[in-house]
Amino acid sequence: MSPLLSNAITITLVAYGLAMLLALWRMLRGPAAQDRVLALDLIYIIGMLIALVIGLRYTSSMYFEAALLIALFGFVSSAAMAKFLLRGEVIE
Amino acid sequence: MTTNTLPLWIEIIVAILLLASAVLTLGASWGLVRMRTFVQRMHPPALAYVGASWCVTFASIVYFSAQNEGPQLHVWLIIILLSITVPITTVLLARAALFRGRRLNDATLPPALQPKTPPPTAPEQH
Repeated sequence: MSPLLSNAITITLVAYGLAMLLALWRMLRGPAAQDRVLALDLIYIIGMLIALVIGLRYTSSMYFEAALLIALFGFVSSAAMAKFLLRGEVIE
Repeated sequence: MTTNTLPLWIEIIVAILLLASAVLTLGASWGLVRMRTFVQRMHPPALAYVGASWCVTFASIVYFSAQNEGPQLHVWLIIILLSITVPITTVLLARAALFRGRRLNDATLPPALQPKTPPPTAPEQH
Protein backbone atom coordinates (compact mmCIF):
# COMPACT_ATOMS: atom_id res chain seq x y z
CA MET A 1 0.00 0.00 0.00
CA SER A 2 1.42 3.33 -1.05
CA PRO A 3 1.90 6.16 1.49
CA LEU A 4 -0.74 8.24 -0.34
CA LEU A 5 -3.51 5.73 0.25
CA SER A 6 -2.44 4.79 3.77
CA ASN A 7 -2.30 8.47 4.78
CA ALA A 8 -5.75 9.06 3.31
CA ILE A 9 -7.10 6.06 5.24
CA THR A 10 -5.57 7.30 8.48
CA ILE A 11 -7.06 10.78 8.03
CA THR A 12 -10.45 9.26 7.22
CA LEU A 13 -10.41 7.04 10.31
CA VAL A 14 -9.46 9.98 12.54
CA ALA A 15 -12.31 12.04 11.06
CA TYR A 16 -14.73 9.17 11.69
CA GLY A 17 -13.59 8.97 15.30
CA LEU A 18 -14.13 12.70 15.74
CA ALA A 19 -17.59 12.44 14.18
CA MET A 20 -18.42 9.56 16.53
CA LEU A 21 -17.39 11.67 19.52
CA LEU A 22 -19.60 14.56 18.37
CA ALA A 23 -22.56 12.22 17.92
CA LEU A 24 -21.80 10.70 21.34
CA TRP A 25 -22.00 14.17 22.87
CA ARG A 26 -25.45 14.60 21.33
CA MET A 27 -26.48 11.16 22.55
CA LEU A 28 -25.41 11.84 26.13
CA ARG A 29 -26.84 15.36 26.24
CA GLY A 30 -29.80 15.25 23.83
CA PRO A 31 -32.80 16.96 25.40
CA ALA A 32 -35.37 14.37 24.27
CA ALA A 33 -35.28 10.63 23.79
CA GLN A 34 -35.63 10.92 20.02
CA ASP A 35 -32.40 12.93 19.85
CA ARG A 36 -30.59 10.10 21.54
CA VAL A 37 -32.03 7.53 19.13
CA LEU A 38 -31.00 9.68 16.16
CA ALA A 39 -27.46 10.07 17.48
CA LEU A 40 -27.20 6.33 18.16
CA ASP A 41 -28.33 5.59 14.61
CA LEU A 42 -25.63 7.91 13.26
CA ILE A 43 -23.04 6.19 15.47
CA TYR A 44 -24.08 2.82 14.04
CA ILE A 45 -23.65 4.12 10.48
CA ILE A 46 -20.22 5.56 11.28
CA GLY A 47 -19.21 2.23 12.79
CA MET A 48 -20.27 0.52 9.59
CA LEU A 49 -18.16 2.98 7.57
CA ILE A 50 -15.17 2.32 9.85
CA ALA A 51 -15.50 -1.43 9.22
CA LEU A 52 -15.57 -0.81 5.44
CA VAL A 53 -12.51 1.44 5.52
CA ILE A 54 -10.55 -1.01 7.68
CA GLY A 55 -11.44 -3.70 5.14
CA LEU A 56 -9.90 -1.43 2.50
CA ARG A 57 -6.81 -0.97 4.66
CA TYR A 58 -6.14 -4.69 5.08
CA THR A 59 -7.43 -5.66 1.62
CA SER A 60 -9.77 -8.19 3.16
CA SER A 61 -13.39 -8.79 2.23
CA MET A 62 -14.22 -10.26 5.66
CA TYR A 63 -14.88 -6.78 7.02
CA PHE A 64 -17.62 -6.31 4.44
CA GLU A 65 -19.81 -8.89 6.17
CA ALA A 66 -19.18 -7.24 9.53
CA ALA A 67 -20.25 -3.91 8.01
CA LEU A 68 -23.42 -5.48 6.62
CA LEU A 69 -24.26 -6.95 10.03
CA ILE A 70 -23.63 -3.65 11.79
CA ALA A 71 -25.92 -1.84 9.34
CA LEU A 72 -28.63 -4.47 9.84
CA PHE A 73 -28.45 -4.35 13.65
CA GLY A 74 -28.43 -0.57 13.57
CA PHE A 75 -31.64 -0.54 11.56
CA VAL A 76 -33.36 -3.08 13.80
CA SER A 77 -32.42 -1.32 17.03
CA SER A 78 -33.28 2.17 15.77
CA ALA A 79 -36.61 1.04 14.35
CA ALA A 80 -37.45 -0.79 17.58
CA MET A 81 -36.62 2.24 19.70
CA ALA A 82 -38.56 4.61 17.44
CA LYS A 83 -41.53 2.25 17.57
CA PHE A 84 -41.26 2.16 21.34
CA LEU A 85 -41.27 5.96 21.50
CA LEU A 86 -44.30 6.03 19.22
CA ARG A 87 -46.47 3.45 20.94
CA GLY A 88 -44.93 2.41 24.23
CA GLU A 89 -44.57 -1.13 22.88
CA VAL A 90 -42.25 -2.63 20.31
CA ILE A 91 -44.60 -5.32 18.97
CA GLU A 92 -48.35 -4.86 19.35
CA MET B 1 -4.38 -12.15 0.06
CA THR B 2 -1.52 -10.82 -2.02
CA THR B 3 -1.67 -7.11 -2.62
CA ASN B 4 -0.76 -5.89 -6.07
CA THR B 5 0.71 -2.46 -6.55
CA LEU B 6 -2.01 -0.32 -8.06
CA PRO B 7 -1.60 2.43 -10.65
CA LEU B 8 -1.42 5.90 -9.20
CA TRP B 9 -4.66 7.22 -10.65
CA ILE B 10 -6.71 4.47 -8.98
CA GLU B 11 -5.14 5.30 -5.64
CA ILE B 12 -5.90 8.99 -6.18
CA ILE B 13 -9.57 8.17 -6.94
CA VAL B 14 -9.87 5.99 -3.84
CA ALA B 15 -8.16 8.59 -1.63
CA ILE B 16 -10.41 11.40 -2.89
CA LEU B 17 -13.56 9.32 -2.30
CA LEU B 18 -12.41 8.42 1.22
CA LEU B 19 -11.60 12.02 2.11
CA ALA B 20 -14.96 13.16 0.74
CA SER B 21 -16.72 10.63 2.96
CA ALA B 22 -14.70 11.86 5.95
CA VAL B 23 -15.75 15.45 5.31
CA LEU B 24 -19.41 14.45 4.84
CA THR B 25 -19.44 12.42 8.06
CA LEU B 26 -17.86 15.24 10.04
CA GLY B 27 -20.46 17.62 8.60
CA ALA B 28 -23.24 15.26 9.62
CA SER B 29 -22.09 15.05 13.25
CA TRP B 30 -21.30 18.74 13.47
CA GLY B 31 -24.79 19.52 12.20
CA LEU B 32 -26.25 17.09 14.72
CA VAL B 33 -24.51 19.05 17.47
CA ARG B 34 -25.20 22.50 16.10
CA MET B 35 -28.88 22.44 15.06
CA ARG B 36 -31.39 23.72 17.60
CA THR B 37 -34.63 21.76 17.28
CA PHE B 38 -35.13 18.08 16.64
CA VAL B 39 -36.80 18.65 13.28
CA GLN B 40 -33.71 20.51 12.11
CA ARG B 41 -31.45 17.86 13.63
CA MET B 42 -33.07 15.15 11.52
CA HIS B 43 -31.48 16.56 8.37
CA PRO B 44 -27.66 16.48 8.82
CA PRO B 45 -27.34 12.68 9.35
CA ALA B 46 -28.65 12.23 5.80
CA LEU B 47 -25.21 13.43 4.68
CA ALA B 48 -23.67 10.38 6.33
CA TYR B 49 -26.47 7.99 5.37
CA VAL B 50 -26.28 8.83 1.67
CA GLY B 51 -23.14 10.77 0.79
CA ALA B 52 -20.54 9.13 3.00
CA SER B 53 -21.77 5.57 2.51
CA TRP B 54 -21.94 5.99 -1.28
CA CYS B 55 -18.41 7.43 -1.33
CA VAL B 56 -16.96 4.59 0.77
CA THR B 57 -18.83 1.99 -1.26
CA PHE B 58 -17.51 3.34 -4.54
CA ALA B 59 -14.01 3.56 -3.05
CA SER B 60 -14.06 -0.11 -2.08
CA ILE B 61 -15.60 -1.16 -5.39
CA VAL B 62 -12.84 0.65 -7.29
CA TYR B 63 -10.11 -0.63 -4.98
CA PHE B 64 -11.13 -4.30 -4.93
CA SER B 65 -11.89 -4.32 -8.66
CA ALA B 66 -8.38 -3.02 -9.38
CA GLN B 67 -6.89 -5.43 -6.85
CA ASN B 68 -8.55 -8.55 -8.25
CA GLU B 69 -8.53 -7.44 -11.90
CA GLY B 70 -12.27 -7.91 -12.27
CA PRO B 71 -15.45 -6.25 -11.09
CA GLN B 72 -16.20 -6.81 -7.40
CA LEU B 73 -19.72 -5.56 -6.87
CA HIS B 74 -20.73 -7.22 -3.60
CA VAL B 75 -20.17 -4.00 -1.62
CA TRP B 76 -23.14 -2.64 -3.56
CA LEU B 77 -25.31 -4.58 -1.07
CA ILE B 78 -24.50 -1.96 1.58
CA ILE B 79 -26.04 0.80 -0.53
CA ILE B 80 -29.13 -1.31 -1.28
CA LEU B 81 -29.60 -2.19 2.40
CA LEU B 82 -29.15 1.41 3.54
CA SER B 83 -31.47 2.86 0.92
CA ILE B 84 -34.20 0.45 2.07
CA THR B 85 -33.75 0.81 5.83
CA VAL B 86 -32.85 4.46 6.37
CA PRO B 87 -36.20 5.96 5.21
CA ILE B 88 -38.08 3.56 7.51
CA THR B 89 -36.06 4.64 10.54
CA THR B 90 -36.35 8.31 9.61
CA VAL B 91 -40.11 8.23 9.14
CA LEU B 92 -40.65 6.27 12.37
CA LEU B 93 -38.47 8.72 14.29
CA ALA B 94 -40.24 11.72 12.77
CA ARG B 95 -43.64 10.28 13.70
CA ALA B 96 -42.41 9.57 17.23
CA ALA B 97 -41.06 13.11 17.55
CA LEU B 98 -44.33 14.62 16.29
CA PHE B 99 -46.38 12.44 18.63
CA ARG B 100 -44.28 13.19 21.68
CA GLY B 101 -43.97 16.90 20.86
CA ARG B 102 -47.71 17.38 20.38
CA ARG B 103 -48.44 15.70 23.67
CA LEU B 104 -46.07 18.19 25.31
CA ASN B 105 -47.59 21.12 23.30
CA ASP B 106 -44.28 21.93 21.68
CA ALA B 107 -44.77 25.22 19.83
CA THR B 108 -41.93 24.64 17.36
CA LEU B 109 -43.68 21.68 15.71
CA PRO B 110 -45.96 22.20 12.71
CA PRO B 111 -49.69 21.92 13.43
CA ALA B 112 -51.64 18.83 12.53
CA LEU B 113 -53.02 18.74 8.99
CA GLN B 114 -56.55 17.83 10.03
CA PRO B 115 -58.24 18.60 13.30
CA LYS B 116 -59.37 15.58 15.21
CA THR B 117 -62.90 14.66 14.10
CA PRO B 118 -64.52 14.40 17.51
CA PRO B 119 -63.15 17.45 19.30
CA PRO B 120 -61.50 16.33 22.53
CA THR B 121 -62.39 17.79 25.89
CA ALA B 122 -60.47 20.98 25.16
CA PRO B 123 -60.05 22.25 21.58
CA GLU B 124 -56.51 22.34 20.32
CA GLN B 125 -54.75 25.62 20.80
CA HIS B 126 -51.80 26.64 18.67
